[in-house]
Amino acid sequence: MSRNRWTAWAFLAPVTLYLLAFYAYPLYRNVELSLRRYTVRSFVSGGAPFAGLDNYRDVVTHPTFGPALAHTAVFTAVSLLCQFTLGLALAVFFHRHFPLSRTLRALFLVPWLLPLIVSASTWSWMLNSEAGVVNAALGAVGLDPVNWLTSPRWSLLSVIIANIWIGIPFNLVVLHSGLQAIPDDVYEAAALDGASGTQRFWRITFPLLRPVSAITLLLGLIYTLKVFDLVWIMTRGGPTDSSTTFATWSYRLGFGSLLPEFGPGAAVGNLLIVAALIGGLAYARAQRRPRW
Amino acid sequence: MVTRGAPRTAWWRTALGLLFTALMLFPVYWMVNVSFTRDRDLRADPPHLFPVDGTVEGYRVVLHEQVPYLGTSLLIGLGTVALTVALAAPAGYALAKLRPPGGGALSFVLLIAQMIPGIIMAMGFYAIYLRLGVLNSAAGLVLADSTIAVPFGVLIFTAFMSGIPDEVLQAALVDGAGRWRTFRSVVLPLSRGSIITVSLFAFLWAWSDFLFASTLDAGGVSRPITLGIYRYIGNNNQEWNAIMATAVVASVPATVLLVVAQRYVAAGVTAGAVKD
Repeated sequence: MSRNRWTAWAFLAPVTLYLLAFYAYPLYRNVELSLRRYTVRSFVSGGAPFAGLDNYRDVVTHPTFGPALAHTAVFTAVSLLCQFTLGLALAVFFHRHFPLSRTLRALFLVPWLLPLIVSASTWSWMLNSEAGVVNAALGAVGLDPVNWLTSPRWSLLSVIIANIWIGIPFNLVVLHSGLQAIPDDVYEAAALDGASGTQRFWRITFPLLRPVSAITLLLGLIYTLKVFDLVWIMTRGGPTDSSTTFATWSYRLGFGSLLPEFGPGAAVGNLLIVAALIGGLAYARAQRRPRW
Repeated sequence: MVTRGAPRTAWWRTALGLLFTALMLFPVYWMVNVSFTRDRDLRADPPHLFPVDGTVEGYRVVLHEQVPYLGTSLLIGLGTVALTVALAAPAGYALAKLRPPGGGALSFVLLIAQMIPGIIMAMGFYAIYLRLGVLNSAAGLVLADSTIAVPFGVLIFTAFMSGIPDEVLQAALVDGAGRWRTFRSVVLPLSRGSIITVSLFAFLWAWSDFLFASTLDAGGVSRPITLGIYRYIGNNNQEWNAIMATAVVASVPATVLLVVAQRYVAAGVTAGAVKD
């Protein structure tokens, strides 16, 4: 038996070493960065003084902190809600087979598979103030053009719209496979009892889909908190911080200027991990409840 | 019956489905449309909905300037696939079939690992690479990109390989094959589907990566296509037809893979989410 154990761990050894070297160590370095006062020189040569929680204090009292927190919360909440609602509506729509349903459902995956920089630059040009197709469409129905990316009022909404577009396919595919796992006879019984379509949705589909919904929302949360490319490419978090989230702020601190502030940047990044962990714990709690 | 409506309703649904899909894919169409638009029509008002009098000038620019970037991306993508499968497949086999003590904890760590935002990994990698002097290298980027795919790969392989009947593996053992032989000549061939799924996602993620590329490889000689596009945008380039042409070319792998390997894509999307 113990020989088997050794064999098993021999198969696991590469991935374990890999996790230690390329996950644990970068993470450790990141925590260390956030606890020291680094300059560009000490970043290369080492020997930065220990600063305790100073970086965290600086970050929390920074004027960008409040807006970044609010934007991260709004960005995440609105994206999740819209992606999930639209994804579920489409999943229900595609659940009934019709000619071409399979092909069309597959085509819906395209936005999710495109490189983010491709989607982000496409949306940038579509939302361009002067030459964008979105403003042209608004003009066609008699509305005034909107400075989507260049006005502080609209920039956050713009990146949210693009992010919802990217997230719909994932929600659709996962919720669709969840729907298929619900046995048909449950619906047939309900139909015999005279339940209407709406009743069937709220009394059967929605409750039975709960576990799948929970994991979809959790994965969506983890993904949305991480979103960086999209916002950075579309607005760089601007104008004047109006679309800055924790992810773009962290990047800007560490890499966005000629004078990098690695310590505060790492501190902001670590706050993101805390947010993801809170989401994970909320999920674990929600999972446990139905058993009681 | 409940699931099969009258033909007329079905066609009505198809029409609606086509409309939804058209709306959803409009940005993709727009990207293609702009990529064929002539410079002087780019700011036409209203914008041209179809590339009448189209031009392939944008694509000529891509061929002229972006081919090295595309080559680098291809290389990095393939390297990431190789590294990911080599690490994840044996781990999946051990977790699914050999189930050593501590395996559950490792699976949990892999689950948590997926929650770590890329920006944090990027900063950690940057600090390490700077010290080691391996910034701006394709190999360094392969290593960093693989961190996106390895935890996912192990989860997929574990889920798939638990479905292989124990009798098949027992038979191989009885025939005198060791664990390694069994893994190589029985488990791996049976897991072709999951190898394709994992490779596909590892490739796409590496191909699409912008964060690691822009932090770890921004000044290198061999930079990936995402940085090629970013350089265009960053220079305040107004030639959006060339930018969109690059974007179209950068989208080719995703589109091709979706067409030829659709079921593996769907398997990958749902496998992470729907378990048991």
